[in-house]
Amino acid sequence: MIEILDTAPLSSVQDLGRAPYLRYGVSCSGVMDQLALRTGNALLGNAENLACIEIQAFPCRIRFRTARAFALTGADCAATLDGLPLPPWWAAPAREGAELTLSAPRRGSRAYLTVAGGIDVPSVLGSRSTQFRGSFGGHEGRWLQSGDLLPAGATADATVMAPGFGAEPPETAFPADWAHFDLQPNTTSVRVLPAGEYGLFTEESQRRFWDTAWKITGQSNRAGFRLAGQPLEFAQRIEMRSHGIVPGVVQVPPSGEPIIQLSDAHTAGGYPKIGTVIEADLWRLAQAPLGSRLRFVPVTYRAALDALRQGDAWIAALRRLAEQYRSLCSSGRAP
Amino acid sequence: MLVDNHLTRPNVSMLGTSAMLFEAPGAFSLATQRRIWTLARMVSAWPGVQEAAPCMTNVMLTFVTPPEEPERLEDALLAAWEAAEPDQTEGRVVDVPVIYGGEYGPDLLDLAAHAELPPEEVVRLHAESRLIVFAIGSHPGNAYLGGLDPRIAMPRRKIPRLRLEAGSTSIGGLQAGLGGTPGPSGWNCIGRASIPVFDAQRDPPALLAPGDTVRFHAERVIL
Repeated sequence: MIEILDTAPLSSVQDLGRAPYLRYGVSCSGVMDQLALRTGNALLGNAENLACIEIQAFPCRIRFRTARAFALTGADCAATLDGLPLPPWWAAPAREGAELTLSAPRRGSRAYLTVAGGIDVPSVLGSRSTQFRGSFGGHEGRWLQSGDLLPAGATADATVMAPGFGAEPPETAFPADWAHFDLQPNTTSVRVLPAGEYGLFTEESQRRFWDTAWKITGQSNRAGFRLAGQPLEFAQRIEMRSHGIVPGVVQVPPSGEPIIQLSDAHTAGGYPKIGTVIEADLWRLAQAPLGSRLRFVPVTYRAALDALRQGDAWIAALRRLAEQYRSLCSSGRAP
Repeated sequence: MLVDNHLTRPNVSMLGTSAMLFEAPGAFSLATQRRIWTLARMVSAWPGVQEAAPCMTNVMLTFVTPPEEPERLEDALLAAWEAAEPDQTEGRVVDVPVIYGGEYGPDLLDLAAHAELPPEEVVRLHAESRLIVFAIGSHPGNAYLGGLDPRIAMPRRKIPRLRLEAGSTSIGGLQAGLGGTPGPSGWNCIGRASIPVFDAQRDPPALLAPGDTVRFHAERVIL
């Protein structure tokens, strides 16, 4: 059992998301940083899609009411377990009553707490992710609050011995070596495939879409990132009919400032789409802090597919390695 | 100046590696929408497709695994569209009791003023419109309804309301809507259904499905 001791109402139970229910208007929800959850589950030997706690506000304090192996991935939150520092991207055992504390991120912006066996809330419409608009899924369909108790699932194989072991953070495993060379500090680069209405923008605005360091405004959350910068201009304005959208879609409303749709976005929209942040780079968005800047880098479909596969291969390799490590732990031959 | 996107031929575009959007050409009509439902049903059985979600004269395909060669999928989609006959399924007729006006329909009087009709007449025209569910989408259970009497059409609000309750019956331009879950909306809300429109514990979770006919009944009108 996991107890939430202290959190702002921005932490929630999430898995890899809900599908296929778009045709009922049900968004995918799910973690913003899938790579972080998949890493946590791989380190612990959990099935890929077990649910975690996504933490978006700090400080956050959590108590393990029962002993349990856990992993902390995503943002580097200078975490401590019973007062002892815990490296980022790390799996470790927690004793009964152990207290985990996460502070303001030194790097990234969302942290993920996975536990061996997963956070075992009921699955609703095929997922444990919190659906805020519909108030279902997750823990009682809402943000977590102090005093909430979350059950951890049954687990067979999750022997992790102190001091634990870690994974290479994705920002070093997947450096943005395709980013612009003249990148300013505090700027995240993500790769974008042009979308259906790219051609409706003036050539000057198309150029500016790629050349601008867009600011992630304070009106950004799990539903979407609202960006600030010199507004983009339409060469031709059309009234779109409502159509399906997915996380990563970059819409341009009449104001001309782009909005990136994310996990909690509506399933349909009507604004013109200039591009889509590729699935393989959504974790980079998830870790970009409010107030920081974003650069869009054009990519081909083929390269976007390759990037997705690289992530899959990396997780698979990590899973194999973690499995070997845990079997050494359980046979008492821990390194 | 705004123009509707009257495509002259079908348009297929990618949404990253996650999804593909098919948009039908021509005017916005029930006949086109019926072909979209057929297309969505055909395509949802294709290998690699996770879901085909129909919306307003378009359908979005999401993938279990992204296609290796999206061009081939695009060709198959275009061929399927050419072959798609209008869906002939008789949807159900669903009776939905509504409380109009007051806190349940905060925009009823504004809409009456815009339409230059007494509010009772707005209610009558809304309840007597033969509304067809074109699509469920945007938020859980939300129904896009076609077939609104044009006399009670009204552009969306300039400033969206921060919250409409679940079951809100609203009008946005020539479209009518029945909201499934509470949240912000720019549509003009004239009433609220007194039966649940979305229930995650139910299968299917949405009260309505594309092709259904909705008959609103005025359970009460608050003026």
